[in-house]
Amino acid sequence: MTLNKNKNIINLTNQQAYILAHKRHHHIIAFLRLLILVIFLGVWEYTTRAGYVDMFFFSSPTSIVKYLYQMILDSSFFKHTGITLIETIVSFLLVSFFSLFIATLLWYRNSLSEILEPYLVVLNSLPKSALAPLLIVWLGTGSRTIIVAGISVAVFGSIISLYTGFCQTDEELLKLILTLGGSRKDALFKVILPSSIPLIISNMKVNIGLCLVGVIIGEFLAARRGLGYLIIYGSQVFQLNMVITSIIILCAIAMGLYKIIQSLEHWYKKMQ
Amino acid sequence: MQPILSLENISYSYHNLKGETPAIEDMSFQVMEGEFLAIVGPSGCGKSTLLSIISGLLKAERGNIYFDPSLTIGYMLQHDHLFEWRTIYQNVILGLELNKNVTKENTDYVLQLLKDYGLYSFKDQKPSQLSGGMRQRAALIRTMAVKPELLLLDEPFSALDFQTRMTVSADIGNIIRNTGKTAILITHDLSEAITLADRVLVLSKRPSRVKYELNVSYDIERTSALSIRNTVQYQTYFNTLWKELSDDT
Repeated sequence: MTLNKNKNIINLTNQQAYILAHKRHHHIIAFLRLLILVIFLGVWEYTTRAGYVDMFFFSSPTSIVKYLYQMILDSSFFKHTGITLIETIVSFLLVSFFSLFIATLLWYRNSLSEILEPYLVVLNSLPKSALAPLLIVWLGTGSRTIIVAGISVAVFGSIISLYTGFCQTDEELLKLILTLGGSRKDALFKVILPSSIPLIISNMKVNIGLCLVGVIIGEFLAARRGLGYLIIYGSQVFQLNMVITSIIILCAIAMGLYKIIQSLEHWYKKMQ
Repeated sequence: MQPILSLENISYSYHNLKGETPAIEDMSFQVMEGEFLAIVGPSGCGKSTLLSIISGLLKAERGNIYFDPSLTIGYMLQHDHLFEWRTIYQNVILGLELNKNVTKENTDYVLQLLKDYGLYSFKDQKPSQLSGGMRQRAALIRTMAVKPELLLLDEPFSALDFQTRMTVSADIGNIIRNTGKTAILITHDLSEAITLADRVLVLSKRPSRVKYELNVSYDIERTSALSIRNTVQYQTYFNTLWKELSDDT
């Protein structure tokens, strides 16, 4: 019996041992991640139940689950989550399109970027929440304002980082295109854009989060629907269950959207 | 033999706000049809600038360049710059694509080149799957695909390791010789210049001008780089060039 066991250990090749160690490492990481969540929820639940912290102000995991269940039953969950999700996705798509288009234009016409640089810098560093009241006056309260708020948060930074990325393309590659008889337009479509796909995707990862920020700011100020509205409304009527549940749904949305773009990235890498 | 290209009193300077840096001054030479010309010189002497002027990427400030307007020029850079997002085949037809010349006849020619240079079985692979020498051969096919009559080679072997460099430069030298193309090779490697070229021009330090001219010929066929290197002529040429270049520094 003992001999047999020993034999098994000897039969393990270095490669198998490596794979085993690799798997074990990943299991430990996954376990510890889960452990943190469980401890956090456990402490939260325990301290509120035992009365160490006030349930009214801090809610508790079980009351959040109950509130969420109730939200699903009266379908307000779908209404509010849906509208926030749609507004975020629409502003994300518009940001992706406009930033790519404008960055391309800036690269194509060098002097244009030189002229516009100070304006881009100002618009990028301006805290976009300051624009929100102005947007309400201009566009009223509703999805349009919120989508524009979402765009305004992400679009300028996105243009700048795409343009900077385009400009960092190796000069030699452009020279190659010229020596083969191509034009600057050829350089754009054959070199700049294809070589920038990883940059464009990683830029999307940043944008999706920023759009969500903009949409929530917009909903704080100018909405009757959406998770941002629920958070503001809940805090005003001291319904902290509503506030914290909305924040948790937001966490899930942010994670989900990020994961979608990440899988797009993986798919692209696999294609290569 | 006819000169395919002649340069007369070419001058070129680089400008910035602090002043101008003359790179080439009063340079004149001719290249004959079918000739393999090597240009050597100290580093930073404006060798690449010279090729950029010949290819039309830069315009000479003074002087004239004469060649037949129908002359097609192929340019090979120091690095292969094969695009990772394209397969080898897609990379080598890039020039045809840019000239909107992707015809059956031309792609057949490219496929034949891929076969001739032993890359046919790699045509659907990505550049990263090829070795340095194979990549440089692919870059040569990309240049040859547009059927240039004059090839400009800007230190095309300098990024390769020594062993690959010996074989690839001999390979590419043979290919160019066998197809009867005219070529201008820029290099800082004296051995490379005298094994490959019919004539070597030595440039001076910046601002550069032609300082010395050496005609190169051997009693044996130029098929193997190693046997060339064992000849007495090679030794003599090498010493002459070495002396010319050392005088400068």
